[in-house]
Amino acid sequence: MPQLAKTGNEAMAEAMRQINPDVVAAYPITPATEIVMIFSQFVADGLVNTEYVAVESEHSAMSACVGASAAGARVMTGTSSQGLQLMSEILPIAAALRLPIVLCDVNRALSGPINIHCDHSDTMAVRDFGWVQIFSENAQEAYDNVLQAMKIVEDERVRLPAMATTDGFIISHCMEKIDTLEDAVVKNYVGEHKVINSVLDVDKPITLGSIDLQDYYFEHRMAMADAMNHAKQVIVEVGQDFGRRFGRSYGMIETYQLDDAEVAIVALGSTCGTARAVVDELREKGIKAGLLKIRVFRPFPADEIIQALSKIKAAAIMDRSDTLSSQGGQVFTEVRSALYEQSNKPLLTNYIYGLGGREISLDDIRRIFVEQVEAAASGKVRGPVQHFGVRQ
Amino acid sequence: MKKNMNWKELMHGDAVAAGTAEEFETGDWRSERPVWHKKKCINCYFCWIYCPDSSILLDEDKKVAGIDYKHCKGCGICAHECPVKEPKAITMEPERR
Repeated sequence: MPQLAKTGNEAMAEAMRQINPDVVAAYPITPATEIVMIFSQFVADGLVNTEYVAVESEHSAMSACVGASAAGARVMTGTSSQGLQLMSEILPIAAALRLPIVLCDVNRALSGPINIHCDHSDTMAVRDFGWVQIFSENAQEAYDNVLQAMKIVEDERVRLPAMATTDGFIISHCMEKIDTLEDAVVKNYVGEHKVINSVLDVDKPITLGSIDLQDYYFEHRMAMADAMNHAKQVIVEVGQDFGRRFGRSYGMIETYQLDDAEVAIVALGSTCGTARAVVDELREKGIKAGLLKIRVFRPFPADEIIQALSKIKAAAIMDRSDTLSSQGGQVFTEVRSALYEQSNKPLLTNYIYGLGGREISLDDIRRIFVEQVEAAASGKVRGPVQHFGVRQ
Repeated sequence: MKKNMNWKELMHGDAVAAGTAEEFETGDWRSERPVWHKKKCINCYFCWIYCPDSSILLDEDKKVAGIDYKHCKGCGICAHECPVKEPKAITMEPERR
């Protein structure tokens, strides 16, 4: 297995090269530009057989992806933030048509005010569009998640599109040592793209995207909901199979020092790396701290979270975006909802943090853990929603 | 096509078998109906070519035979394109119900 120094963007582009999709349609946007820029160089150099469609906007990019996928091609793209929002009209169509597209998504704050740095507001804004959403903690996971995403979306039990995400600049531009697979191994791993329906198949003609009113729209949405339910099992199977083959296993969530923990942090993406270091440090001091990483946000791993938090006294739910609903962030509202029926559940505090790329340091995580220890001791939280790190 | 299928009976991914528009009768959308005048018709097929709903009927000898009123939406393209000198072989008349 070649060990390479790669940024998150380079790692995702490398995974795309090895997957060798039939079509990539993309438009550049910071901080995801490099993914498709590097990939376009692979196309120019003849290293892939991909038809690269240089479009005039992200709306066109996703539209071209939908068309190509509906024709039976294996399709990938990449974007971020405003680009993801410009795709918004087409994203739910890709899901409803059950097109197995993989999108390399770099999490970046939504405008406005205009900002190019990491938070999760872009990806969270499209969370209910029927796309599988996988968050990466580092460049290694970015590489692994793109490969697994292709397996997940093409599984006949799923056939929904997926976005594999990294955190803008923190992962996308940070160079790390990653283990990659040989080209032939990836080719064998992803296998041949299986076409279920093709709008270009004259022997089995179909209509795709026809109007669907009171009579059938609900049934089609039910089929999507069912596919998303099945996706959980497929994601776990694919993650375990990846571990058996290549030594790195994945699930819906990942726990770190959580089994005997009394206080915990629940987070997504790169913040988990910071939290891991603090957990180690606190454990040395005898504080029973643990980490729950939510790797997959869609479908939402409610059962896994209930199980993982069942013995925790106090947990900090970390949201790198805000719903602006007065009810906290997206992760918090869903975790709290998942725990509603449980008799054994921790005290929860929502920390909205890191908006627009504001640093979340080891010290910040220490402080958040200390507040959980205090909550566990007193049985009270400071207030369910804290905007952490904002100047008051 | 089976009516009122449940969600498990649907084709994968919002696909529908081709040609099902034939089963969907759109004739009651009309506010004007095209009327074909056999004696004026020169069988040029302009109406047949231009009709967006395949609603110009042909007989066994491939001659124009009339209008499929179950599907014709009354757009009037056939009457507009008819090259016969006025009065044309297809004229639009108010729909009466």
